[in-house]
Amino acid sequence: MAESKDFRTDKKPVWCPGCGNFGILTALRGALADSGYEPHQLMIVSGIGCHGAVIQYVNANGFHSIHGRTLPVATGIHLANHELCILTMVGDGDGYGIGMGHFIHAMRRNLDMTQIVHNNKLYSLTTGQTSPTTDKGRPTKSTPFGVIEIPVNPLTLALSSGATYISRGFAGDPPHLRKLIADAMAHKGFALVDVLQPCITFNHANTNAFYKERVYKLEDETGYDPGDRQAAYERALEWGERIPIGLFYRESRPTYEDEVVTLKDMPLVKRPIKGVDITKTLEQFL
Amino acid sequence: MEFSWMVGGEAGFGIMASGLTLSKTFARGGLHVFDTIEYPSLIRGGHNTCMVRTANREVHSHTGYIDMLVALNEETIHLHKDEMAQTGCILFDGMHEPEDRFGVHADISLFPIPLGDIVKDIGGRPIMRNTAAIGATIALIGYDLSILEDLLADMFKRKSEDVVRDNIHVARAGYDFMMDNHPGGSGIIVKPQDNYRRMVVTGNEAVGLGALSAGCTFYSAYPMTPASGILHFLAAEERNYNLVVKHTEDELAAILMAIGASHAGVRAMTASSGGGFSLMVEALGLAAMTETPLVIMEGQRPGPSTGLATRTEQGDLRFVLHASQGDFPRVVIAPGDVEECFQAAGHAFNLAEKYQVPVIILTDKFLTESHKTVLAFEPVPVDRGMLLDEAHLDRITDYKRYEITDSGISPRIIPGHRNGVFRANSNEHDEYGFDLEDPLNRTAMMDKRMRKLEQIASELPEPHLYGPQKADVTLLSWGSTKGPILEAMLLLKNNNITVNFLQIMNLHPFPLEKVTRIMKRATLTIDVENNKTAQLAGLIREHTGLKVDEKILKYSGRPFTPEEIANSVAEVVEHGRK
Repeated sequence: MAESKDFRTDKKPVWCPGCGNFGILTALRGALADSGYEPHQLMIVSGIGCHGAVIQYVNANGFHSIHGRTLPVATGIHLANHELCILTMVGDGDGYGIGMGHFIHAMRRNLDMTQIVHNNKLYSLTTGQTSPTTDKGRPTKSTPFGVIEIPVNPLTLALSSGATYISRGFAGDPPHLRKLIADAMAHKGFALVDVLQPCITFNHANTNAFYKERVYKLEDETGYDPGDRQAAYERALEWGERIPIGLFYRESRPTYEDEVVTLKDMPLVKRPIKGVDITKTLEQFL
Repeated sequence: MEFSWMVGGEAGFGIMASGLTLSKTFARGGLHVFDTIEYPSLIRGGHNTCMVRTANREVHSHTGYIDMLVALNEETIHLHKDEMAQTGCILFDGMHEPEDRFGVHADISLFPIPLGDIVKDIGGRPIMRNTAAIGATIALIGYDLSILEDLLADMFKRKSEDVVRDNIHVARAGYDFMMDNHPGGSGIIVKPQDNYRRMVVTGNEAVGLGALSAGCTFYSAYPMTPASGILHFLAAEERNYNLVVKHTEDELAAILMAIGASHAGVRAMTASSGGGFSLMVEALGLAAMTETPLVIMEGQRPGPSTGLATRTEQGDLRFVLHASQGDFPRVVIAPGDVEECFQAAGHAFNLAEKYQVPVIILTDKFLTESHKTVLAFEPVPVDRGMLLDEAHLDRITDYKRYEITDSGISPRIIPGHRNGVFRANSNEHDEYGFDLEDPLNRTAMMDKRMRKLEQIASELPEPHLYGPQKADVTLLSWGSTKGPILEAMLLLKNNNITVNFLQIMNLHPFPLEKVTRIMKRATLTIDVENNKTAQLAGLIREHTGLKVDEKILKYSGRPFTPEEIANSVAEVVEHGRK
């Protein structure tokens, strides 16, 4: 069985020292080891942004796609070979901005994959412009007089779009995040792990200290039931003095591929590709 | 024998279905058929037509004249009376010929038939007026009614015996009415000829069949005229061939899912029109950079923007040649008829996999939605190129997905093998797929990818020259204009003008040698295109340095008729002789 170190590559991360991505990478490698999968059984699809380089640093099959388009690439891979374990790694710009449409449809479909969002509430690789999760009023390079829109709430969005595993982690707590990712991977269906990720270079509001003071774990709350959608909505709306992390909601629903009749026997890729006899189909044209 | 029939009426009258019924009735009688539809972008109302042309020789296109017009409303007569052949006739829904004869020329016969009443008497639905009209048509041309009856039985047997019976009753009632009231017929005779049973197939269906035959198992698309026909066809076949057919949230997802599926190891395809392809452009570059095999059909319609959503044009040649940022190898194939659509699909999958490049099949509304008779389709043997198998992978220790080779082709694998862990990367990358911005690596990788084009160019068949080697006029064209051009050549033959025609099917890589040879030895070259700016002529100039002498262009959103091309060629020749 693969261990955490087996998921390393010889590439040195190019992220800023102290970047939240390091905590996510540590948690990810640990979760991959916990999952029981080996590198060749995994497929990690990343987008564009600081997070995108993650496939360089994880020893597993990877597909570094284009901005906002991880989910349709991952969906194609998944529908062709649902035996691969698929993770999509995206940023808040990728997942909640330019790729928002795909995100909602992937959740509706309940595709069996895990989406990890490196949510630093800013566009950082492009040097600090507003993102869909930047707080209202925050001045950024592209909004010097403050953001006018209210931020996207990924968790309530996921709750109303049909995701079946909805969680939030914190890059500053890798052991906790590791467990969330491992559980998300074990979950059959679309799993969201939104990760609060400090950007030490550009985001001076949502810092490591900011989150450390505020986060609390849902699993420590007595009586919190991740099967209760109403309760999940209430916690998902909580953002202020206290910020919940952990598993918000989980349900069991057939996955997309469960309901595709032609995938019942075997993955598409297992069927040999050869010339196909179409004689029977030609009759309809007579 | 040649016979051109048109049915016209409002959308919702079943115009397209009745055209196909008559086409199949002729095809089952061993005749050749071409049919084409014209319709506005709406579901009810408007003016729809279907022209069915049949002959006892191969029919390549519709014509500009009508031998028999079936008018399901009066508007149809007014809109098309000027297109009637001199000895043509009009069959219309009514009891009597009106005094003004709709202003139709005296030589044109009018055949009133109470289609609505015939259907009502039998208890049929109003849409069955078509069937009665086809029965009446058969009576007027002396064709064999039993062929239609057998066809209706086959068409409706899945619905119920009652539906079969009602349709046959209605067809027979239409037939009997004409036999009783006009026993002399229309003067036009169409007879069944041989025992060949030809298929009646659209370009869309042929591309879909070609994809099925080539082992394509994944198709993702978003509906858009005129490419939706492939989606409908393959979706219906999903369970017969163990496919996954996905109607996606948009065209971005359509192409990206196909890229993902292809990356995972299956043969995958998407299709759209120019508008949808516009949305796919960024991902086209992703396929190129990750060297993922991909087949895309682009069915052109008049742009820019929504343009004429249900009409035809060839305005996207330059667009597909240059779409997406950066230089990368791609293949563009423009089939000219239904058989070539089938073949293009088979070749496209082979080229995509052998060279790990995107392959674009460029069609248009006129090709994808018109029917043509085909006796048989010749399958293209599957060639997956350098795809390493399980046994090979068992022995490999240092797999380089983007290995720099002399051919530029790097051995591909199906992800999932222990020895084949790798990264596909939209960033410039090293041989393993890791990011690398090094200038030497960048140059080597660009050279590696682009080297593939030379091999592709040497593999692609040369353009075909129709007609005599030496001719007064050499026509150059691509795509669906092939049909009207071949028909125009027949007309020009009678006109004492010898014409040959170079059909440039493989547009990229460009067939430099043959085009140069033909251009140089031609007496008078004429470029024929369904667009405003003569995009092929520009391409020929760009590659060969040679200028096409004259251009015949049409960009009204409608396909050329053979007569338009023949007349324009004759004018050019006449002008030249002065």
